[in-house]
Amino acid sequence: MIKSLKTLNHDLSDPAYQLDVLNNYSESLRQQPKFKEKLEEIDLYPLRPTGIEIFQMNVGYMCNMTCKHCHVDAGPDRDEIMTKKTFEQCLEALRNSKATTVDLTGGAPEMNPHFRWFVEQVSDLGKDIIVRSNLTILTTAPKYQELPDFFAEHGVEVTCSLPFYNKSRTDRQRGEGTYDRSIEALKKLNKIGYGKEGSDLELNLVYNPTGAFLPGGQESLEKEFKRQLDNKHDIVFNNLFTITNLPISRYLNFLLESDNLDEYMDRLITSFNPAAAKGVMCRDTISVGWDGTLYDCDFNQMLEMPVEEEAPQHISEWNEAKLNEREIKINQHCFGCTAGAGSSCGGATTEQ
Amino acid sequence: MSDSYYNPKDLKKFEDVGEFGPELAEKFFDYYGAVFEEGALSAREKALIALAVSHTVQCPYCIDAYTTESLEKGASEEQMMEAVHVASAIRGGSSLVHGVQMMNKTKDLSM
Repeated sequence: MIKSLKTLNHDLSDPAYQLDVLNNYSESLRQQPKFKEKLEEIDLYPLRPTGIEIFQMNVGYMCNMTCKHCHVDAGPDRDEIMTKKTFEQCLEALRNSKATTVDLTGGAPEMNPHFRWFVEQVSDLGKDIIVRSNLTILTTAPKYQELPDFFAEHGVEVTCSLPFYNKSRTDRQRGEGTYDRSIEALKKLNKIGYGKEGSDLELNLVYNPTGAFLPGGQESLEKEFKRQLDNKHDIVFNNLFTITNLPISRYLNFLLESDNLDEYMDRLITSFNPAAAKGVMCRDTISVGWDGTLYDCDFNQMLEMPVEEEAPQHISEWNEAKLNEREIKINQHCFGCTAGAGSSCGGATTEQ
Repeated sequence: MSDSYYNPKDLKKFEDVGEFGPELAEKFFDYYGAVFEEGALSAREKALIALAVSHTVQCPYCIDAYTTESLEKGASEEQMMEAVHVASAIRGGSSLVHGVQMMNKTKDLSM
C-alpha cells in the first residue's frame, strides 16, 4: 500500500519546509514576485473576506485512497478524524451563521463515524450540503454502498473527483482500478436520479490536471467530458469544476521529483489574473479543520496556517463578525487559485 | 552567443519578437489569438490540429507548446498520437502520390 508522506516521515510532510521550498528552492523561485506584491499591485492587499457563505469542514484525513496529487496527504494510514464534540460545536456555529452552504471534505468524509448523523443535523438546519466524494468509497463496504440513497434522501449535492474521462490517466493519478469503480459509482448515482435532467439531485465532477499543466477552459472541458462519458458509459452529470493543482504536499512532491517545479510556478505566476484574485474562494469561505481549528481555506489548513491571531482560532469561539474582519493569510501557493480563469472548490472563478 | 540553434527557453521570448518591428508583431499576435479561440472548431480540436502541423513543420517550440496545450484542453494521449499520425500520413502520402508523376513520365519515355 502507498503510504502518506507523514507516515514516511518525508521532508515534505513538514508545512514549514513546503513553504520554504516554494519560496527558496531554486534561484528561479527566489526571483519570482511574491503573491503579496501581486495583490498590492491591484490594491487587494491585505486580502479581506467578503462574508462567509461556505462553511467547509475537513472531517478527517482518513481516506481509502492515496492519490498522487493529494494536497491533504490523505490515506488509510491517517487517523486524524473529527470528533462528535467538534461536530456539535460546528452545528452551534452554523446556527449562528449566515453561511448558506456546508461543504464536507476530507480524506473521504464518508469514513467519519459521525458523518450520517451530522448530515441529518445540517439538513434540519435548512442549509445546502455538499459532500466531496472520491466515488470509489461508494463501491466498498455495504454501509458505504447505501450512501447514494442517503444523499438523495437529504438532498445532498454530490461533488466528486474524476480527473479524466479515460482509465489510464485517471488510474495513474488515483490508483489502479479507480476509473472502473468511479464509473460504477456514477452509474449508481445516475440510477437514483443524480445528474439527470429534471431532477433536483445535483451531481458535479471535479477535474484536476493529471500532470504539471493547468486546466483548460471549464466550459469546453465539461462539453468533452459529457460527450465522452455519455458515449462510453451513458453517464450524465450537471457541472464539471476545473481545479488547478496547488503546489503543496504530494503534488509538490510530484513537481519536485519530475523536475517541473520551477516551470509550474512560473506558469502559475505569469498567469496571475487580477479578476481571479478578486474572486478567490477564501473571501467567502471558512475552513474548519478536523480538530476545530479555523483556516482561510483547506490549503492553508494543510500548511498549518490558521486564521490570523486576532480572529477566533477555534470553532468553539465562533464569532462571524470578527472572522469577517480578518486578514486572509497568503503565501506563494495562493498563485494556484489566481492563475488563468481562477480556481476554487467550485471550479473556475471567472468567465472564460 | 548561443551554441545551439534551439533553446527551450527561447519559446518564452516569442512574444518579444515585436522588439524589431512591433506593428506587424502586434497584428500577428492578435490574429494568432483569434485563430485559437473557441469557434466552429473547439479549442481542443484546434490544439490537436496545431499539434499535427507542429510535427509536419518539425518545430520543436511548437511541439512543446501544443503538447501542453492539447493536455490542458483535455485531449487524451490517444487523440494526440492519432493527430501525429495524421500529419505523418499526409507527409508520407505527399511523397508517395508523386509516384504517379514518376509512373506517368516513365510510361511516356518507355517503349
